[in-house]
Amino acid sequence: MNQQAVKSNSPGARQHAPEQRRPRSTRTLAALLLTLLILPLAALALFSLTRGYFYPQLVPNDWNLRAWRLLLRPGSEVWGAMVTTVSVGLAVVAVALVVAVPAGRALGRHTFRAKRLVELALLAPLLAPPVVVAMGLDFAFLRLRLTNSFWGVVLVHLVPTVPYAVFIMSGVFANYDPAGEGQARTLGATRLRAFRYVTLPAIAPGLVVAGVLVLIVSWSQYILTLLIGGGQVVTLPILLFATSTGGDTALTSALALITIAPVLALLFLTSRHVSRMPAARIGIP
Amino acid sequence: MFAARRPGLDSAAEPTRVWLRLMPALIVVVPVFVVAVGLALAQSLGVFPLIGDSRLSPDAYRSLFSGQELWRSLAFTSYLSLASTALALGLGVTIALAFRHLFSGSRVGAFMLQLNLPVPHLVGALAMVLVLGQSGLLARVAGSVGLIDGPAVFPALIFDPRGVAIIAEYVWKEVPFFALIALAGLGSVADDFEGVAATLGAGRWRRFRHVTLPLLAPALLPASVVVFAFTFGTFEVPLLLGGSFPEALPVLAYRRFTNVDLAARPEALALGVVMMAIITLAALIYLHLGRRYARRP
Repeated sequence: MNQQAVKSNSPGARQHAPEQRRPRSTRTLAALLLTLLILPLAALALFSLTRGYFYPQLVPNDWNLRAWRLLLRPGSEVWGAMVTTVSVGLAVVAVALVVAVPAGRALGRHTFRAKRLVELALLAPLLAPPVVVAMGLDFAFLRLRLTNSFWGVVLVHLVPTVPYAVFIMSGVFANYDPAGEGQARTLGATRLRAFRYVTLPAIAPGLVVAGVLVLIVSWSQYILTLLIGGGQVVTLPILLFATSTGGDTALTSALALITIAPVLALLFLTSRHVSRMPAARIGIP
Repeated sequence: MFAARRPGLDSAAEPTRVWLRLMPALIVVVPVFVVAVGLALAQSLGVFPLIGDSRLSPDAYRSLFSGQELWRSLAFTSYLSLASTALALGLGVTIALAFRHLFSGSRVGAFMLQLNLPVPHLVGALAMVLVLGQSGLLARVAGSVGLIDGPAVFPALIFDPRGVAIIAEYVWKEVPFFALIALAGLGSVADDFEGVAATLGAGRWRRFRHVTLPLLAPALLPASVVVFAFTFGTFEVPLLLGGSFPEALPVLAYRRFTNVDLAARPEALALGVVMMAIITLAALIYLHLGRRYARRP
């Protein structure tokens, strides 16, 4: 959409904005901003495609696919880490969405005593440093034999993700009109069928956004996975950190890009839904 | 935190049903979190439940608070978080204001600001080494235009006591976070109010100070607390980009925690408790500010 179209679509902007900005300078600034946002990722791409790319080379002397070939060859440990990351992520998304739908409905559509307290109880885990949560739990999880286990990692990933899912669903339900459910019930639908055919389609876009954000947060975890997984549950960030200590810059850079590629693709595919969400709800620091 | 628009609340549901709906989420999050915090507190005081070896003592705190290391790390971490939060907030709001009409309704603009949302801080930190390191891209550009003679002359931006790369990584990641939140607050309502203020003769600064900022503050304030808390507690970034002195609190705590000497454990957890206390303090300040703000006409 071009600048002119945006302007003519919003008469308020044209009438009121006292100083019209010149589109060209705004666009140049936007391009600069985009460059700065992309620069670190572009640097990863550049370094991943080279060999012996040292100071003072600016343009690499030796373009090379070695790192990518090594990481993507059959039998590479990347595939195992990818499967682990996806499995942990999907388990976390499933649990988070199942518990967030009813809780979001309760918070989004009801006022009740202790509501602030419930909100606080869900907000606190978001503010707590993951390293503290992991250090505290380590001891209990050892006793419960959850340390070094897949389910231990899933359980600990729920702490920073479920609150996001609940807050997103609460916003979705705040703008949801439940009248249709009543009509369906009057027409003889069971509670389950009313949910399946009336509620679910209405909240589906919100569920997609909540699912994507929960997956992103789970996908990004490092220290929680490291301390609770104890080196046994190797997700992509764990493998990436281990690789980075090896000192092979090309290999580390390529693996960093492999780590973000799936979530970036997912965000691109769902950006239509994500963009429509109120921004305050979709922020991940 | 929660949406203001409500097409009418559900018919007065009995409290039991509301709590039944909340229970699954609370059961999944609260016990794990409470156990984590409780055990952190207990272990920091030398109490190891389920193991016989427990002596309640404030020794860990005593040795931490009497040494220099805690205070240096606390000052360093606070500086990193405050500087990053302030810079990202300022830049994010500026960008939102500058591009409000370019971005409004533009999917490309919105996607652009979401681009680094799924990038883990671990990846961001590794990228910062490539860009800002002494033999990184910035140093090479400086070298190729003759600004520096060699990598050693390039100012240390990583592993330095000022934490330049750490702040750069946080700002890089959080500017879009703030910009998106500010853009959401700069809808047509803001346009209308600003128009009215302009008609009444308010200048640029007065419009920003008395119209735009109060409209944005309710969303930006909690966002700032979230970013402060997050940057205060993040481990990977200062681990990869920070020097050995001073160390950020999460890194210091982790090193004590993984120390072969088990006696260092209570100190590690005590550092964790100190971090939680600072973040709680930040949240309380926010609640206080929020209340004062709400009372304004």
